[in-house]
Amino acid sequence: MTEGSDRPLLEMIGISKSFGGVQALRDVDFSLRAGEIHGLVGENGAGKSTLMKIIAGVHHDFQGTMRLDSKEVHFRSARDALDAGVGMVHQELSIVPDLTVAENVFLGKQPVTSLGTVDWKRMVRESREHLAGLGIDVDPTTRIGALPIGLQQLIELARVLFSGARIIILDEPTSALSPPEVELLFTTLRSLRDSGRSLVFISHFLDDILRISDTVTIFRNGRKVSTTPVAEITKRQVIEQMIGVGHQELEESYTGEIKLDTQFDAPVVMETEGLTLGRSFRDVSLKVRAGEVLGIYGFMGCGQIELARALFGKIMASGAIKLDGKLIRLARTSKARDHGIAYVPESRRAMLFHHEPLYKNMSISILERISNILLKPASERQIARGHIETLHIRTPGPDQLLGNLSGGNQQKVALAKWLTHAPKVLILSEPTRGMDVGAKEDVVRIVRGLRDQGIGVVVVSTEPETVLSLADRILVMKRGEIVREFAGDTVSKDRLLEAA
Amino acid sequence: MAESGVAVVRKGRFGGWVRGQVRNIAPFATLLFLVAFFSLSSDSFLTGENFANILNQVSITGIIAVGLTFVILCAEIDLSVAAIANVTGIVVAFFTLQESYVNIANLPLPGFAAIVIALLVCFGLGLFNAFGVTIIGIPSFIMTLAMMQIADGMSALFVRGQIAYAVPSFVSTLGSGSIFGIPWIVIVAGLFLLVAHLVLTYTRFGRYVYMVGGNREAAEYSGVNVKFVIGAVLVIGAVCSGVAGMLGVAYFGSAQQNEFTTYLLDAIAAVVVGGTSLFGGRGGIGNTIVGLLVLGVLNNGLDHVQIDPFLKILIRGLILLAALVINVYAQRLRSQTETSGGE
Repeated sequence: MTEGSDRPLLEMIGISKSFGGVQALRDVDFSLRAGEIHGLVGENGAGKSTLMKIIAGVHHDFQGTMRLDSKEVHFRSARDALDAGVGMVHQELSIVPDLTVAENVFLGKQPVTSLGTVDWKRMVRESREHLAGLGIDVDPTTRIGALPIGLQQLIELARVLFSGARIIILDEPTSALSPPEVELLFTTLRSLRDSGRSLVFISHFLDDILRISDTVTIFRNGRKVSTTPVAEITKRQVIEQMIGVGHQELEESYTGEIKLDTQFDAPVVMETEGLTLGRSFRDVSLKVRAGEVLGIYGFMGCGQIELARALFGKIMASGAIKLDGKLIRLARTSKARDHGIAYVPESRRAMLFHHEPLYKNMSISILERISNILLKPASERQIARGHIETLHIRTPGPDQLLGNLSGGNQQKVALAKWLTHAPKVLILSEPTRGMDVGAKEDVVRIVRGLRDQGIGVVVVSTEPETVLSLADRILVMKRGEIVREFAGDTVSKDRLLEAA
Repeated sequence: MAESGVAVVRKGRFGGWVRGQVRNIAPFATLLFLVAFFSLSSDSFLTGENFANILNQVSITGIIAVGLTFVILCAEIDLSVAAIANVTGIVVAFFTLQESYVNIANLPLPGFAAIVIALLVCFGLGLFNAFGVTIIGIPSFIMTLAMMQIADGMSALFVRGQIAYAVPSFVSTLGSGSIFGIPWIVIVAGLFLLVAHLVLTYTRFGRYVYMVGGNREAAEYSGVNVKFVIGAVLVIGAVCSGVAGMLGVAYFGSAQQNEFTTYLLDAIAAVVVGGTSLFGGRGGIGNTIVGLLVLGVLNNGLDHVQIDPFLKILIRGLILLAALVINVYAQRLRSQTETSGGE
């Protein structure tokens, strides 16, 4: 084993891959040793996911050579790769929420008795042993959907391991986890490494990458920039290599104290009193001032997403919501819209029409203002052209289908919908999730611009960086309640995490 | 990322256009094929007179299909259209003075009153559908299935196994009369199709119908009153059916139970064969017109060729299946084109 650990377990030489004329990977070399955790970083579209999908057999049409144990291999499918010992845990978990833990662990290969029926006893026993081996203590007969997301992820990891994987690729495994869950995951990953398995860890969370990895490889624009032992590189250097130039605003949000620019005397536009919704959130009283960005931070599942939806009338909560001092009832989203409340949800798919042209996507929220009965496509296009210009949306024109735009540009379209007539309150749920650094900065700039117009902006996020880079005042939510306010002073990521 | 989206479009512009248009091209090709086939295999098919016949035969289906187009564009379904047509036709006859030999305890009213009551009935039943689907939250498939039974039950109670013949003269003119040799029912169907097309294409409501069908969640997050739109299309579906039912009674010359049973499948088939997506958001009245003609040509053409009459039903079924396959396939092509834009 000691001799072998110098020779790479997996070697990829001169890998290139293009999608319909777009070069996703250019002549990339990559190697993975036995018993290491290898971090992969890069902006969206840098090529890291594409490379991993080649290793995992998802993409099989590429140029270059791949060697496993010094033997040349070419996987035709994910099944092929798994048979050879390469497994992948995708960001969107592929568990079946309504089945039990044991059924999920044994999905597709349930043990059978001599009669040909499922051997439940063996399934439960073996999955308990197997999970215990990973330090996971959970009743295998529990419905998996009832478990916290962190455990679900570990169980999916267990399933991949159970299939005999020696190389495991984890795509953004920490994005939905709370810090204790991350700790649990990391402990498990370290013990896997120590047992000789190789792990590839793809993430946008640089702190996580730097903490867990032995080696880090950085991608930019489809090329590999460097592969370095983690001990020899700092976060600043990683960021510099990832993006090429110094992006000050973003770096600041990572390191040290942030000064909150809280406006204490600005008028309150929106106010809630004792807002409560079942198990999601309780007794939430908050004020949103004109011309401020109010950040609401909390871990996944602390109720902040539901709170945002309730402020837009997507779900009805009990308690009082006041707008400009007047009590309002938000029975449905169209009421909220009529009151001048705008909302951009966390998922682009949930807020855009992919088959429809840009201008229809942008005009949908304001149709009632620009047309009584008959539509006015000319003015819709006119408005769309204005947004395309001011928000720097990269597209040939307003008739382009939305589905043809890149993710970051789609996000801008989602914002543009609400900007034709300035809302009083703009609620943004996870506005920068999954975005690359450049697109994040665009969002920061746009949001600040809106705030400066006097709009009350609410930013709800589970990413501390997002809240820190945008907010003028921060509320921290914990298990459905607001537990802390940061205002008028400085705040740091540590203290934010501590409060949550 | 930004470059990739643009590049994909540029590379496959024509291919992409064809892929996007499969749902419009395929039904039209089917129509041309059927017309060519029947023209070659029968001398009596390709005549002006026969074309007029076909239009006459598809008119009632056409009026029902107009309403269903709205419903299906919203990714909902209405299984009660034929039953609502039936009960509306029966109601208009019930409130008209029947001949003495008709054994129905009816309540004769002036013609316009009978028509207003009939319209109120179909409007009310549509409202009931809308209430069940949007306020209570019953899936439209189930709600309208129940409504099918309810409307059929009402029909049964009104006629009690008997047959009524008389309808108000206005209805009988529109249903069975003609002007300058053109049957009124064809004109009415044409008007319904035209108005529906204008509403769907040029009005705000029409836009909302497409957007709600295309992505209901996104529509809701955009502040569209989704429940109102869905409720409205169900009411439109019921009212169109009711009008078709009244004219149909005049067209057939009688009002009785189970008179419209075949119209449910015919109307759904016309909409779907025409290429309107069962998943909502795609298609329109143009598609429905082509679908109606495909169905009309098929039904009519099979009578003109030497064919086992019992085979006719099977052939219709197979053509419908083929159209459904194309519908699902077109949806898949489209989503492939869409996802190839990403990384």
